[in-house]
Amino acid sequence: MTVGIVGYGAFIPRRRIKLEEIAKVWGADAPAYKRGLQLYEKSVPGADEDTVTMSVEAARNALARSGGVDPTDIGALYIGSESHPYAVKPSGTIVSEAIGAVPALHVADLEFACKAGTETLFLAQALVKAGEVKYAVGIGADTSQGAPGDALEYSAAAGAAAFIFGADGDKILAEVVDTYSWTTDTPDFWRREYMHYPRHGSRFTGEPAYFRHTMSSARGMMEKAGLEPKDFAHAIFHQPNGKFPMRVGKKLGFTDQQLETGWLSPWLGNTYSGASPIGFTAVLDIASPGDLVLLTSFGSGAGSDSFVFRVTDRISEVQDLAPKTRVQLDENKIYLEYGAYAKLRGKIRMAE
Amino acid sequence: MRDVAIIGTGMTSFGELWETSLRSLWAEAALAALGNAGVDSVDLITIGCMSSGLFTGQEHLASVLADEIGMAGVPAARVESACASGGLAVRAGFAEVAAGLADTVLVTGVEKMTDVDGADATYALGTAADSEWEGFHGVTFPGLYAMLARVHMQTYGTTREQLARVAVKNHANGLLNRHAQFHLKVTVDSVLESTLVADPLRLLDCSPVTDGAAALVLTTVERARELAGGRPIVVIKGSGMATDTVSLANRSNLAELEAVRLAGERAYAMAGRTAGDIHLAEVHDCFTIAEIMATEALGFFEPGFGGPAVDKGLTDLGGKIPVNPSGGLKSKGHPVGATGVAQVVEIVTQLRGEAGQRQVEGARIGLAQNMGGSGGSSVVHILEVV
Repeated sequence: MTVGIVGYGAFIPRRRIKLEEIAKVWGADAPAYKRGLQLYEKSVPGADEDTVTMSVEAARNALARSGGVDPTDIGALYIGSESHPYAVKPSGTIVSEAIGAVPALHVADLEFACKAGTETLFLAQALVKAGEVKYAVGIGADTSQGAPGDALEYSAAAGAAAFIFGADGDKILAEVVDTYSWTTDTPDFWRREYMHYPRHGSRFTGEPAYFRHTMSSARGMMEKAGLEPKDFAHAIFHQPNGKFPMRVGKKLGFTDQQLETGWLSPWLGNTYSGASPIGFTAVLDIASPGDLVLLTSFGSGAGSDSFVFRVTDRISEVQDLAPKTRVQLDENKIYLEYGAYAKLRGKIRMAE
Repeated sequence: MRDVAIIGTGMTSFGELWETSLRSLWAEAALAALGNAGVDSVDLITIGCMSSGLFTGQEHLASVLADEIGMAGVPAARVESACASGGLAVRAGFAEVAAGLADTVLVTGVEKMTDVDGADATYALGTAADSEWEGFHGVTFPGLYAMLARVHMQTYGTTREQLARVAVKNHANGLLNRHAQFHLKVTVDSVLESTLVADPLRLLDCSPVTDGAAALVLTTVERARELAGGRPIVVIKGSGMATDTVSLANRSNLAELEAVRLAGERAYAMAGRTAGDIHLAEVHDCFTIAEIMATEALGFFEPGFGGPAVDKGLTDLGGKIPVNPSGGLKSKGHPVGATGVAQVVEIVTQLRGEAGQRQVEGARIGLAQNMGGSGGSSVVHILEVV
């Protein structure tokens, strides 16, 4: 049975803050940060935007591209995030209700640092493949947190991507060719219960965590599928900053051309669970029939999921049916000063 | 006093060795040195380590490490003099053999620095400054060495480019050392354009945070002859140590490293040598300015001529007196407690003629200079082939 994506959609908030604006507040060396991390600006969620609302927007965009999937035929919906609005009470129920998928469906919220998003994709495609459900939705969304003044504050951003998986051949816009995951116990980044901001092992998050897992997963994926970098039209890697995904792509043997479409982080920031999935939506927005696409996520803790997709003829029919990712990224931006940003991110201590 | 020979060397690769613990690093270097010497028992173990407590939460280190290689029972002592701990461990082992208290000593140095993040590593290193006169006021080592650099520039006209050329030279040497943390070609421009750390010092003027260990086996010259197996016998001809005020505020002259000068004079006197006799040197280039000041304090160049000497290539491999052929702390890396021992490992390797592409031709007399903090202590050893 061929299983694939029948609808996809992204959501990026309109608000942005420039790296210089953050650096100015902390007396940091903005040119050095820009050079070191290749970050220029990042998205910021508005007062009425959170993981749930962004997931709803992305799921609605996915439905718009689904060729008329009846929401009540959705048998499973999963949201991966590390910023679920509630510690106890699911995000998935609210989203399922909002898109009209209730009540006969299975719902779960997932968490695995930045790779929770691709976990939902893995589960959704697997359930469809097993014949358990007709359609399954996987969503990666985050309003990620970075402590004031920490290096993470320059990257922690907001956004969501949603994918509907199904097995009806006439609806599939990108087939799932194969998947592969690579996981170890590598504690490079964490947030305990009741902690407001995550902590990280600074340089330990690089080589032993991001690079080792991402490279191993992508290599394992290509080996398993019998493919090489030159076989792909596009490759998307988790993008905690601008620098890492390009470095990992080059090390694996991909070219700028293969990497640049899904490389959004310099202007979007790190949307954590949304990061590589949103990059994937930007690729689908311009992909051509027959294109092979490699998607490789990374989540601290640590693990990396890889997927190979083959784009079908249906892609050109759906690309214009919902707002494209690059349009959301590049247009209608509202730039914030640090004060407004601090207010929206809940960094200001209010009267009790 | 008995003559003391070095019959075994060993060291780990230096770098961010995430998967290797302090005790594993140490055991690797220690066993390599014992193997290189061809001995399986020693009378004493000395360990140079600056701050295993703050970096890894382990004190009582000597017993832990002796046990790690199955030598529980053997006397073992950890010595500490900040970044000069390794040099002091060499001197402690040398003294025991020279005095006849021990015939064979395993001398080691180790530091595991990457189990903590940058802020905690900076704090741990900062405890080597004067806590009341410097630490409490927020001064860290880049700041202290930046002040020394400023004074040196003002006093002697040492230039920003001369500092950069120290980094260029040491990184070029490090390219030839497989144990080095960085295999990175550096240019004057890339040093001058690197991130400003403490004016005038930039990122590429600073040695890195490093994990690593190094080890030596010391014994009597008589036993060394039995074990040499045709290899050149390297002896420690001179050992000198000196202290200075830790706080820079209490020094009379910030353009000179007094502890280095005194330690050097004592080592030269014991060895019956002068600066002009030295064929190569490993000096403590924790910052580029430190190498220039050390080469002056050791008498290789007159005060104020350390900078111009770098310009003229006098300290290059193949120069008048090659300095830091290993790549130095700058390129090889600076696991603080291991550094002083690793410097002696390099000199022995050179004097044995085993340094490969970075071999200093005809080297028969070498000097290793290790330094604590911003010059609050220094240890100098002079080694010769006999």
